[in-house]
Order: sequence, then C-alpha cells, then structure tokens
Amino acid sequence: MNPTELATQAQGIADRAAAFAETARRMAEAAAPAAEAVSPFLYLLTIFLLACFVGYHVVWNVTPALHSPLMGVTNAISSVIVVGAILAAGMAESTAARVFGFLGVTLAAVNIFGGFMVTRRMLAMFKKKGS
Amino acid sequence: MGVTLSTFAYLAASVLFILALRGLSHPETSRQGNTYGMIGMGVAIVATIFKGGIDFGGFMLIVAGLAIGGTIGTVVAQRIQMTALPQLVAAFHSLVGMAAVFVAAAAFYSPESFGIGIRGNIKTASLLEMSLGLAIGAITFSGSVIAFLKLDGRMSGAPITFEGQHKLNLGLGILLAVLILLFTLTGWGILFWLIAILSFALGFLLIVPIGGADMPVVVSMLNSYSGWAAAGIGFTIGNLLLIITGALVGASGAILSYIMCKGMNRSIINVLLGGFGSEGGTAAAGGDTDRPPVKAGSAEDAAYMMKNAQKIIVVPGYGMAVAQAQQVLREMADLLKKEGVEIKYAIHPVAGRMPGHMNVLLAEANVPYDEVFELEEINPEFADADVAFVIGANDVTNPAAKTDKSSAIYGMPILDVERAKTVFFIKRGMASGYAGVENELFFRPNTMMLFGDAKKVTQEIVQALQR
Repeated sequence: MNPTELATQAQGIADRAAAFAETARRMAEAAAPAAEAVSPFLYLLTIFLLACFVGYHVVWNVTPALHSPLMGVTNAISSVIVVGAILAAGMAESTAARVFGFLGVTLAAVNIFGGFMVTRRMLAMFKKKGS
Repeated sequence: MGVTLSTFAYLAASVLFILALRGLSHPETSRQGNTYGMIGMGVAIVATIFKGGIDFGGFMLIVAGLAIGGTIGTVVAQRIQMTALPQLVAAFHSLVGMAAVFVAAAAFYSPESFGIGIRGNIKTASLLEMSLGLAIGAITFSGSVIAFLKLDGRMSGAPITFEGQHKLNLGLGILLAVLILLFTLTGWGILFWLIAILSFALGFLLIVPIGGADMPVVVSMLNSYSGWAAAGIGFTIGNLLLIITGALVGASGAILSYIMCKGMNRSIINVLLGGFGSEGGTAAAGGDTDRPPVKAGSAEDAAYMMKNAQKIIVVPGYGMAVAQAQQVLREMADLLKKEGVEIKYAIHPVAGRMPGHMNVLLAEANVPYDEVFELEEINPEFADADVAFVIGANDVTNPAAKTDKSSAIYGMPILDVERAKTVFFIKRGMASGYAGVENELFFRPNTMMLFGDAKKVTQEIVQALQR
C-alpha cells in the first residue's frame, strides 16, 4: 500500500466522519428544542397522574373495616399543605402573606395532630379474638 | 439544608405516606402504618423549616402556629367520642380547605417566596393553578362546615331544596369558571377574593340539599376534595410532596365515595342533586290491610331462643350507635358465647354515618375484629344461622330491595337476614326507615319484633340471660 493510496483512504474516512458529525449536530439541534419544551408543568403532571394510580391501587387494598381510620390518616396527610404555609410564614416579604402563612400553619397543625391522634385511638381499639 | 436535600426529604415523606396507607390493609399492620405517616409528616416539616431562607421571626411564627394548632388538635382528638367521629372528620376537612385558601392567598401576596414571579407579575400558569387550588379549597371549607353542622345535629339533617336550585348552582359554576379565566389573564387581586367568596357560596349551596343519611358519601367526597385542593396548591408552588399526597388523598376519597354509592345503589350525581329522604321517617301507612299482623316478642323470649341457638348473626346499624347500645350488645354476646353460641357481626357498607364507622364503634366496645364481617363475606352464612339479631338497622335488611322493582331501594345490596331461622328485630315503633320504605321483613313469619329502645331491650335480654 503506497502512501498516496493511504492518504486517499484516510481522506475518505475523514470525510465520512465529518458527514457523521454534521448529521449528529443536526439531530442534536432538532432534539434540543424538544428537550427544552418539556415544561415544569408537564413534569409535575406526570408525577401527579402516577401518584393517582398509586393511590388507587393502595386504597383498594385497604380492608373495609379500616375505612374510618383511612379517612383519619388521609385527613392528617392532606395537611401536608402546611409545607406551603411554613414557607409563607417564614420568608414572605409582605406582612399579609406572613399572616396568611401563620393562619395556614395553625389550621394545618390542628389537622395533623388531631388526624394522627384520632387514628391512633381508633386503631388501638381493633383487637383480635382473645387478646 | 440545601434544596437537593429537602427534595430528597420530600421523596422520603411521600414514600412514608404511601406506606401509611398500605398499612391499613390489615389491622395488624395498621398501627405501624400510622407511625410511618407521623414520621413522614415530621420529616416534611423539618425539611421545609431548615431548607434555608427562613428568618428568625418567621421561625418563631411557625413554631407558635404548630404549638397552638397542635395543642388544639391533640386535645380534640383525645376527647372526641367515637360516635361523633363523622362530624370530627368533617370539621377537619374544613380546616384543610381553609388552609389551602390561606396558602393560595400567601402565594398571591408573596409569589417570590415560592419562585413563581414577583408581586403583580405572577406567571400565567401559576395564576391558573393558584385559582384552582383556591376554589377547591374554599368549596371544601364551606361544604365541610355544612356537613359538620348537619352531622352534629346543629342543623336539621333534612335536605333543604328550593325552586331553581340546580340552575342557580350551574350559573354560579359557570360564573366561577369565567372569574378563574379572567384572573388567570389579569392577575387582579379583586378577582382573587371574588373567586374565594363565590367558591364559599358554592360549597354551601352544594351540600345544603343533601340529606343527613347521605352524609357518608358527602364526607368521603369532601375527603377527596381536600386532597385535590392540596394537589392544586402543590402545582401552584411547584412542590412534589403536596402533589403526590394530594393525589393519594384525592384517589382515596373518590374510591370511598364510589363504595358508599354502590352500597346504596345510587349514582354520585343522584346523591349530589340531593333531596332524597329525610331523618326519622314517617309511620307506615295503615291502609295496607293485606299484611299479616307483625309478631311482637318479649326480651325473655329472645333470650330463651338465643341461648339455645348454635349460631347468631348480629346486624348493627346506626340506630345502635344513637342508642349507645354497643357495650351492652357485647355483654349480651359474651353471655351467649359462654353458653356455647357462635356469634358473628354483619356490617353493611353504609352502616353508620361514615365509611367503616360501625367497625370502629364495635371495636370500641371490645368486639374482636375477626368476629366482624362485610356484606359479601357474611351473606351466604345467614342460611345456616339460627338467629339474625337486627339492632338499629332497617333499610339494609329489607328483602324488597331484591324483589320489588317499584321500591325506592330496589337494587341496593342488602343483608340476607330473612334466610335465618328466626329474625329478632329491635325497633322503637313501626316507622319506616330513612328511605321512607316499609320493611317487608317485619311481616315475615320467621320475624319477631322487639319493640323498644335498642339499649333498653338489649339490657333486658342480658338480665334474662343472667337469670
């Protein structure tokens, strides 16, 4: 194999590589806007829908005898809204927002403590035969 | 604590909440599940407080709110009577709804705290999510307050209906949608509060026409709403934990509503349109002379027959809870068990004033949970039971639901008590049940009526058994 032939072959490979690079670049360009277009809302919506499915399957597995405690627990955990109230009460610029945050924390706290406590009371009563 | 760490903490809390619900698949694992829930909530609160950005004054405000609310919640939860559980849950739902309103308002006045824009210039998507969270929260609040008042007897359980009610509600609903659209486009503060006021009114109007005994559906539905409100706020402030938890709670409430509706063979729309039945019921029409006379028995007769029975199925209903007869009922069961009688309890899905209420009341009276059975499990067993002991239930035992197409309760799943050799039916008088339907069971040859207050009659049976 003489040097000229080798050079031609190398040139060919280089050209093909360049062509690949160009294609890859175009594909990347085409893909990039698509990646940016996934809005935070869609991302949150995905999680929301998946959580609905999880909730659906977990709740159908709850024994009917424990439907009241189920309401107690869901009541308590829905008060996780306290997270939003804490952020408002703790760092808002506006006084109004701080007051709303404080009221939100207080109401949610009634629910959190009340909900878990009353559920615990209920569940403590469920006893097996002979115990 | 950085944002990454707090996000991880939120993920952990979500998983713990799912485990809390999962634990409720069996009484044995349920207590552990409740503990998971508490841990999850603790993790979420601590992670939020120490995420960064909260100043000292704010920290004190948060601690004060948690202390005040926590004390009230704990005291109430410890003092509440188990018969009053439905109204307690309704009251709790109203608080979640109101908290959602407050958080939406806070996000509106201080969007910077949640990274959704600056005051007066909030992102359009966030405005829409905010107004949805606000509206659902406000409807949950006022609806739950009405449910609470009805369940607590501070307001008549009778449905309140008036001319053009559904048209008014529809009109207000459309107006609400228009206001939400305008608010999303303009972000004006006045519209925010108009949405709040209109939603409060709508929640009130939606629950007012629903009768007292339809409250199990309403309470479940409001349970669902409180979840959707939390999810709406989660979308507004971009918080995953709120969205996940809201979805779990929303799904749970929706399933419970479905189960309750199925237990009454009615569609959710039918329940929501309201106006069905009223508390108390009226005395059965006397004109129906074809009926054989009912057989009335004494507590002594019942005691004698039950003592000699092999298997007894007890069918408790809400009337038992009203009469506070669950303790004495369990005493009766204990005495009979000593005589070698097998005792089982049959629970209809809509017994009581909220899903699973009857199970809690029996558990409180120390009835072991493995003696308590659901409708599908127990129905085949009535055929080989010597006695069915109906205490405080009525419509759920009416055989007309299976045969009489003209009956208001036709198609409703019922407990097959009439298949038992003898049926004892405790009842104060001959008044019909909630659905306003006469119970065919009273006139069956194998039925013996025990007239009187549920607690008093059961006490008399206990005394007769002790003799």
